[in-house]
Amino acid sequence: MPPKPPSPPSRRSFLAGSAALTAALFLPKHLKAADFPTATVNTTGLAVTDTEVTVGILHSVTGTMAISETGSVQAEKLAIAQINAQGGVLGRQIKFIQEDGASDWPTFAEKARKLLVNDKVASVMGCWTSASRKAVLPVFEQHNGMLYYPTFYEGLEESPNVIYTGQEATQQILAGLDWVTQTKGAKSFYLLGSDYIWPRTSNKIARKHIEKLGLEVVGEEYYPLGHTQFNSVINKIKLRKPDVIYAIVVGGSNVAFYKQLQAAGIDLTREAPLLLTISVTEDEILGIGGENIAGAYACMKYFQSLDNANNAAFVQAFKEMWGQDIVIGDVTQAAYLGPWLWKAAVERAGSFDIDRIREASPGIEMDTAPEGYVKVHENHHLWSKTRVGRAMPDGQYEVVFETAELVEPDPFPEGYQ
Amino acid sequence: MFADYSWGELGSIFAMQGFAGLILFSVFVLMALGLAIIFGQMGVINMAHGEFMILGAYVTYLMSGLFQTWLPGLFGIYFFVAMALAFVVAGALGMVVEWALIRRLYHRPLDTLLATWGLSLILQQTYRSVFGAREVGVTVPSWMMGSLPLTNMIEVPISGLFVMVLTIVIAAGVYLLLYRSQWGLQVRAVMANRTMAEATGINTGRTDRLTFGIGCGVAGVAGSAFTMIGSTGPTSGQLYIVDTFLVVVFGGSASLLGTIASAFTISQTQSFLEFFLSGSMAKVLTLLAVVGVLMLRPQGLFTLKLRK
Repeated sequence: MPPKPPSPPSRRSFLAGSAALTAALFLPKHLKAADFPTATVNTTGLAVTDTEVTVGILHSVTGTMAISETGSVQAEKLAIAQINAQGGVLGRQIKFIQEDGASDWPTFAEKARKLLVNDKVASVMGCWTSASRKAVLPVFEQHNGMLYYPTFYEGLEESPNVIYTGQEATQQILAGLDWVTQTKGAKSFYLLGSDYIWPRTSNKIARKHIEKLGLEVVGEEYYPLGHTQFNSVINKIKLRKPDVIYAIVVGGSNVAFYKQLQAAGIDLTREAPLLLTISVTEDEILGIGGENIAGAYACMKYFQSLDNANNAAFVQAFKEMWGQDIVIGDVTQAAYLGPWLWKAAVERAGSFDIDRIREASPGIEMDTAPEGYVKVHENHHLWSKTRVGRAMPDGQYEVVFETAELVEPDPFPEGYQ
Repeated sequence: MFADYSWGELGSIFAMQGFAGLILFSVFVLMALGLAIIFGQMGVINMAHGEFMILGAYVTYLMSGLFQTWLPGLFGIYFFVAMALAFVVAGALGMVVEWALIRRLYHRPLDTLLATWGLSLILQQTYRSVFGAREVGVTVPSWMMGSLPLTNMIEVPISGLFVMVLTIVIAAGVYLLLYRSQWGLQVRAVMANRTMAEATGINTGRTDRLTFGIGCGVAGVAGSAFTMIGSTGPTSGQLYIVDTFLVVVFGGSASLLGTIASAFTISQTQSFLEFFLSGSMAKVLTLLAVVGVLMLRPQGLFTLKLRK
C-alpha cells in the first residue's frame, strides 16, 4: 500500500501533490515536520507532536540482568542521539522515556503497560531475556504497540507487534555447526547448557542437525542457572573425549565454567576438544577474563572486531559516548539497529501509526548496519550473515568465518522441533 | 555405561571425581563458615551473607588492579594481601551493620531476615553503582590457575588445592576462636543465656559486634578466594546464598562440626549424582535427600545437647 500523501505542503507549496507523494517514497535525507502534519501521521493518539516523538526504552538497569542489558540501553541511546543529529524522524526529534524492568518479568509487563497506555510511546526498544519478552507480549498485542527486541533467542515466535533484530536459533546454530564439521572435521559433540528454554531449544536444534549430518552427540546436559561448580561435567567431558564442546552456559555460571575448564587442564587453544559457544559475547568475556577463554570459538552475527567502515564508525561513536574501555557484543549491536529500523519503517510508511509501520517493515533494507547489510523478513526477523570468531587473550574475537550469503530467518524450523 | 572404558580409565575417573567432590566440599565449608558463626551462634538470619562475600571479591579485584599498576613485581603474592584486606573490610562493614541495624533486632530474629534481605539489595545496588553492572574480571596470578598433571588422565586444579588448604586453615582458626579462646567462651555464653552472661559481667553488645564482624570477615575471605573459580558481579552473591543456608541448616545450626559434616554429605552426594545424572537432576535429588533428612531430624545433623 503506497503511503498517504502528506496533506497540503504548507511551506513548499510549489511542489505538486504527486511530488510530495514521492518525497515519502524516496526517503530524502532531511524530512521537514511541516510536510507531515501531526494529524495525518498520527491517527491513533501516540505521543507525537509537531516537533517531537516519544519512544520507550525498557531494559533492566537493576537486578541480575543489568549485566547484560546495560549495553543494549547504551546502544539504543546512541542510535537515538545519532538520528536526532540527522534531523530526527519525519522531522521530529526523538525523546525517550526509560523504564527499568528490574530483572523481574511482571515488572516488565507493568512497565510496558505504563509506556503504551500512559505515555503513548510510538515504539519501544527493549527486553532481553525471552522470559521478559513473553511477559510483555500480551501487553503489546492488546494495546497494539511495537517492540524492537535485540537478543538472539530460541525462535518459535512471530508476533505482529515485535521486530526481532537479533538472530533466531537456526540462523545462529546451523552455520556454526556446518563450519566446525567442514573445516575442523568434528565428529562428536558434547552439548552443555544452562537449564532454561533458550539453551534447551537451541541444543535440540543442534542435536537434530548433528544427527542429520550423520555425526554423534556423546553427551547432553543442563545445569541450573547460577550453578558455579562444573568439575563433574568437566570430568565427564574428559572421559567421553568429544571433538567439540557445544556450550550454551549463561550469566555468572559462564565465568565459573571457563575458569574451572582451564584449571582442569583443558587448554582451549589446543582445540582438543574444541569449544564452540553461542552464549559468550565480548560483554561476557569481561567477567570471564580473556586469558581464561582464549581459543574458544563463538558463533553469532556480530563481533566488535568486524572489519568494515560501518562498524569502524559505530565503534568509534560508541566509545566516544560511553568511554574508551567499553566493549560491544552481539546483542548491543542488534539493539543499535532497533531505532534505525523503526525510523526507516516510519519514513517508508509516512506515518507513526503502528499498523502502517507493521505493513512497511518487511523488506526494509539497511546497509549502514555495523554488521553489514541487513533486511527485514516477512516474519519480522532479520536476514543476516552468521560469523564465527575465535576468542583472543585481549577479550576480543578474531573473525575466522562468515557465511557467503545472508541467512534466512526461520523461527519455526521444520524438522527441528 | 562403563563397558567402553578400561580399568585404568575408570580408576582415574573415580579419582578425579572424588577430588571434584572434595573441592566442592571445601567450597561449601568456606562459604558456610561465616554464616555458621552468625546464624549458628547469634541466631541472625543474614540474607546479605552473599553480598559480604562479593565485597571480598571486589576488594580482590581492586587489589589485583593496584598491584598490576604499582607493584607488578609482587603480583604473584597479591592474593594473600587481598584476602587479608577482604577480611578486614568485610569485617568492618559487618560491625557497622551490626551497630546500625542488627543489634536493634535481637529480640525479633525473624525480622533480621527482612532487614538483612533489604541490606543485600542495598549492597547489590551499591556495587552496581560503584563498579558497574557488568561482571569484572579478576586477574589471578598465573601460578594459581594451572593444574598439576599426576597421570595423563588425572589433573589436579591448583585453584582447588588452594581452596582446600584455605578451608582447613580457616576452619581450624574458627574452631580455636570459638572453643579455645576467652572470646569464644563469651560468645557461647551470650548465645546460651544472654541475661546470665550479662550478669557475669560479659559485655554482650561488644561480643555480638565482634562475632558478627568476624562472621562477615570470614565471608569476605571466602568471596576473595572464589574469584578463582567463580564470577564477580553485583549479584554474584546470590549464587551462593541458597547453598550456604542449606549447608548450615542441614548441619544443625549451632554446631561447627555439623556444618562440616553437612557440607561433606551434600557435596559428595551432589558430585556423585552429577556424574551419573545431568546437573539439574543431581541438584533436585540432592535437595530431596536434604528435605527427607530434615523431616526425620528437624534439628539438623548435629545439635548441642540442651536441657529443654
